[in-house]
Amino acid sequence: MEAMSPLERVLRGIALTLVVVFFMFPIVWIFLMSFQTNETILRIPPSIVFTPTLDNYAALITGKLQTAAGTLDIAFMRNLGNSVFLSVVSVAVALALGVPAAYAFARHKFRGSEDIAFTLLSFRFAPPLLVLLPLTQYFQWLGLSNTYFGLIWVYQLICLPLILWIVRGYFEDISADVEYAYRIAGHSWFSTFRKIALPLAGPGIAAAGLLAFIFAWNNFVFALVLASADKQPVTVGALAFVTASGIQYGQIAAAIVLSITPTLALALYAQRYLVEGLSLGAVKG
Amino acid sequence: MTTLQLKNIVKRYKGQTVLDLSLDVADGERLVLFGPSGAGKTVLLRLVAGVIDPDEGRVLIGGEDMTDVDAEHRGVGMAFQNFALFPHMSAFDNIASALTARRFSKEAIAAGVEKVARLLKIDHVLSHHPKALSNGQKQRTALARALVGSPPLLLLDDPLRNVDAKLRFEMRLELPRLLAAQGATVIYVTQDYKEAMALGDRIAVMFEGQLRQIGTPADIYDTPAELEIARLFGDPTINLLDVVPQRGPDGAFAELSGVRLRLPGFGPEIVGRACVLGVRPENITFTEASAVGAIPVTVEAETPLNEKTVTLTLTARRREILVSRPAGMPGPQAGPAHLAVNSRATLLFDKGSGRLMRPSEPASKRNGEAA
Repeated sequence: MEAMSPLERVLRGIALTLVVVFFMFPIVWIFLMSFQTNETILRIPPSIVFTPTLDNYAALITGKLQTAAGTLDIAFMRNLGNSVFLSVVSVAVALALGVPAAYAFARHKFRGSEDIAFTLLSFRFAPPLLVLLPLTQYFQWLGLSNTYFGLIWVYQLICLPLILWIVRGYFEDISADVEYAYRIAGHSWFSTFRKIALPLAGPGIAAAGLLAFIFAWNNFVFALVLASADKQPVTVGALAFVTASGIQYGQIAAAIVLSITPTLALALYAQRYLVEGLSLGAVKG
Repeated sequence: MTTLQLKNIVKRYKGQTVLDLSLDVADGERLVLFGPSGAGKTVLLRLVAGVIDPDEGRVLIGGEDMTDVDAEHRGVGMAFQNFALFPHMSAFDNIASALTARRFSKEAIAAGVEKVARLLKIDHVLSHHPKALSNGQKQRTALARALVGSPPLLLLDDPLRNVDAKLRFEMRLELPRLLAAQGATVIYVTQDYKEAMALGDRIAVMFEGQLRQIGTPADIYDTPAELEIARLFGDPTINLLDVVPQRGPDGAFAELSGVRLRLPGFGPEIVGRACVLGVRPENITFTEASAVGAIPVTVEAETPLNEKTVTLTLTARRREILVSRPAGMPGPQAGPAHLAVNSRATLLFDKGSGRLMRPSEPASKRNGEAA
């Protein structure tokens, strides 16, 4: 980098700090809230000085919520488990189906291939609520409503187009000559896919998988309509904190902290792949 | 070693024909495919390698119909113009990829790779990934990958295109020996006529997906079948002058600045036809004004090119004529001069079709015998 004048450096530092504070503030505030009781959260004026308590986390983990009206059972840990299960399996299925499909769309132009690819993308255009009503009817008829199988199937509407279109771009970026060279060296198309195309598109696949995971994790409306209590993910389960005796801000904050942790951890872990993915264009030649 | 036959191959892209030809390559021959970019040379190589399929026609390798055989079963070696190395593998693995598919033992693979790497002087960089290799090393790695399996048919797609001039010169000297040692039938694609002349047993000249001329380097240079081919071979380029041959007492002649230039072998059939006269710069010399057939010109500029000196001259009608002479031979630097054209070394092309016109002498002789 070019040498900067001290003034420039200071201004740049201030600008960066402002941006970080702006984006991190809600998360920090929620993190602080999760260690407070409803009373300290709601006092006026608000203050960041308080005696931390682990009650919120304890309530979530034991599943016993103490409210003014008595003890309430909440299934937060189960919801969290559902979220992990649904998201992981959905992304796994979407990768298993989407990556080979993306390769086919990238490498083999056949009659109608663009139309099929576009149709798959169009699943992302439709407002979910529009799809939901007929889907609910069909799922009840087929016996798929309130099953993990049915939910994972519906989650493909979210994950599959995303993975297909992102990964396809990465496959298209790999020079066809590189694959030809491997074929000519005596390897089958399948081993060319496995040994050349997959590793070279690896960062892209990781990025697409991560993105699909986040979308699946954050999904609310499909799970709200199609799953009952024991199959609900955290996004829907959080509604339980709106109780008859008021909104449990402390527990909501703790629940948010717990539910963003997996995605955050995954994103941090996958960061290097994402960076690699962005610089994939540099591998030519 | 093996033979290659392409029978009536047609390849179209989006309704446009990009390749339409037949070609025979003999056992152990080194055939150079020469032509401008877009001529279909690379498409042809890919068809032979089997990574793209022809729309019509058959590909025969060693007499066997390989048209419907997948690339991995054709047993050819290919080096790509852009190297096409596997970026996520070391140079060793890149080269070894041509052996791993054949289930050789680890030791046999290592030995094979080492051997070809030593031959190509890249044995010290085998552990490097392509990113860490210089352009020349990348090019040698790509070449090594094509050579390592000792394929009977070797396809080299302009392998020296993307390397610097010094390396290109070195490789141009080194390649013939390397390829001869390999004993393979070779198809070599290039856009550089010097490379084509240096490396080819025969040169096949392609334009717009068609084979326009095929012959030894000397054939192509001395009797190019078309104006375009004449223009592409030779540095400095051939002199091309529009002429309309006229009838003279001893056959046809062309007039250059009022001087008659005999067109040996040509008879009345070309008189009055729009033609292009082609004379290579080395077939023109400076001469005395008094010499028979001396063409008056003015010397414009002189360019020394190491082993030769090229002079640009202008005729009275300001037509450019290049004259080449061996370096060290004295010549006029400026002002008026006179040229002598070796009329035996002239080429006459039909202006309309651009095709070379052959002297009709043998035919007229036969007529004479009949009479």
